[in-house]
Amino acid sequence: MSVRSETPGVPEIPAPLAGQPPGETTPPAWPLRALRALAQGLGYAAGLLALMSLTFLALRINPITALMALWEGAFGNASSGHLYPLSETLVKTSPLLLTGLGIVVAWRAGLFSIGAEGQLLMGALSAAALARFASSLPGPLLTLLMILAAMAAGALWGAIAGWLRVRRNVQEVISTIMLNYIALALVGWMVRGPLQERARISPQSEPVPDAALFARIIPPAWSGGIPTRLHSGVLLAFLAAIVVYLYLYYTAAGFGLRVVGQNPEAARAARFPVPKLRMQAMAISGALCGLAGGVELLGIAIRLYDNFSPGWGYTAIPVALLGGLHPLGTVLSALFFGALTAGSGNLERFSGVPSVVINIIQAAAVLAVVGVRAWRARRAGSAED
Amino acid sequence: MSVVEGTLTGTLTMATPLLLGALGENIVERAGVVNVGLEGMMLLGAFAATMGARQSGNPYLGVAVAAGIGVLTALLFAAFAIKLTANQVVIGVVMNLLALGVTGTAYRALFGTTGSFVETAALPRLLWDQTLLTPLALLAVPAVWWGLFRTRLGLELRACGEQPVAAEAAGVNVARLRTAALAFGGAMAGIAGAFLSVGETNTFKEDMTAGRGFIALAIVTAGRWNPYGCLAAALIFGFADALQIRWQALGWNLPYQLFLALPYIVTLAILALGGRASQAPAALGQPYRRA
Repeated sequence: MSVRSETPGVPEIPAPLAGQPPGETTPPAWPLRALRALAQGLGYAAGLLALMSLTFLALRINPITALMALWEGAFGNASSGHLYPLSETLVKTSPLLLTGLGIVVAWRAGLFSIGAEGQLLMGALSAAALARFASSLPGPLLTLLMILAAMAAGALWGAIAGWLRVRRNVQEVISTIMLNYIALALVGWMVRGPLQERARISPQSEPVPDAALFARIIPPAWSGGIPTRLHSGVLLAFLAAIVVYLYLYYTAAGFGLRVVGQNPEAARAARFPVPKLRMQAMAISGALCGLAGGVELLGIAIRLYDNFSPGWGYTAIPVALLGGLHPLGTVLSALFFGALTAGSGNLERFSGVPSVVINIIQAAAVLAVVGVRAWRARRAGSAED
Repeated sequence: MSVVEGTLTGTLTMATPLLLGALGENIVERAGVVNVGLEGMMLLGAFAATMGARQSGNPYLGVAVAAGIGVLTALLFAAFAIKLTANQVVIGVVMNLLALGVTGTAYRALFGTTGSFVETAALPRLLWDQTLLTPLALLAVPAVWWGLFRTRLGLELRACGEQPVAAEAAGVNVARLRTAALAFGGAMAGIAGAFLSVGETNTFKEDMTAGRGFIALAIVTAGRWNPYGCLAAALIFGFADALQIRWQALGWNLPYQLFLALPYIVTLAILALGGRASQAPAALGQPYRRA
């Protein structure tokens, strides 16, 4: 991500400047930057399309029919309508976006948290627990408290890993994964024990009271009588992206977080409170992922159950990486992944390709993007010699 | 077999894949590379062993195929992380996703829906109900130790992990040695995965590694990058794992999920209590670019 200096003691060159020839130290004005970003984005989109086609070809599938099936599954077509597929795409995007934002915050601080999954589960768990034991509260109040509880639980789960890193030098890669499995076991126990439905048949919780659930945005009449699942929580996800963007790039705390991630030694030398900023990053990251769990519970799942998450927390990592670890890029990336997921069902129906193939596409896409970035950084590095 | 005996042999069984993975990762990290993709390599190894054993009817061949797949995956990792000097953690995480996708797709394509039982030839059990891989893993401990600390190659490898610039100046090809270390780590990871499918359970399940690759990573840290330390840590985790399987026989009135979580809690506890990891190889995780 940034060019490593060959001379020890000299700080690393920050990434945006690494690709420029010596002598040009001021970045160009924002219209040029925006244009460059757009061109890069288009380049990535074209590359992604090529990559997907290649993957299908390698699996001996006609790439055109496959891509068409994916497109129609994600965005619909003229005959069967657009609203239902679009709403499904957005529904699938929302948890990926929130967890992706969580990853962005942590990784930008230099902490390679893999804990989005566990933090999401803890968020859903605490929200479900609150719903069970405070179900008599008025609807909107319960919703608000559940959201706050979800964020708090996620932040706590993230803070554990943060504390272990700051005070015990335990690599967050390992500690967050351990916490993931612990959270999974915790949920498994709760839905079979204290939180289980009163009928005690399946490993799931009581449903969240109707009054607290997120409203469905699109009236069924608009989508030809088929009820869509687009819920108001999805808007929260997009709102969060803007908030994270403003936090990271327009606040002092966000700046400190990024400095710690880019060059902890320089941060320490400049008197940034590195341990505190790292704890904050893990807590915020956890809060975002916990929010994802709460939003899913209130918008779609309605109950807490075993296998609550189909791996959103892990998919969040390629989402964030593909988005360039930038909140707004993550929005686009999450939409891409959401569309892929929503379209994959259609893909399976029309071409018999198992929907898990999109995992390969996702991984290959990230590998390609990361590889290209690394190659360019390496080229820039050797160009300076 | 009494519960105590069962737990002890169970400890050895559960510790074997962890130990194999950890020994490989020990070499890799001593060379200065962090391979977070260990989990993915184990998963691919498990799948490759299942396929190899099914096709050939010989489980040992399955293990060999798994080792080969592990090496190939490690070389892919090396292409990105060493040749292109991309961030090693990022590449490792992506490897895991790729492994999940590839094994999941191949499994569904070949065997239908998830959860169906895939019969495969199993490794024969020898003394104490252990397969051949367990004594092999135990023998590998002093072998790896001797290789790391008593040979010239081991010294060069450790130099790559501590001071790659100095090693390069002394004539060591850091990139090539790191790649070789990764290949070894990949082979060990593949064999560890093979143990899970062909040695222990006689089948393949999606995501059957269940975080064991990450536990192996933790074992290397907890064992302070020393093979004997890895052995001790692996046995502790194996014990926690074995306890989890036998909880019913133990008759304790505790929820099953507590025992499911036990290996992971133990991992965290050991890492947290272990204190500062000051003995880590100095250049661990830093991409090295030849000047």
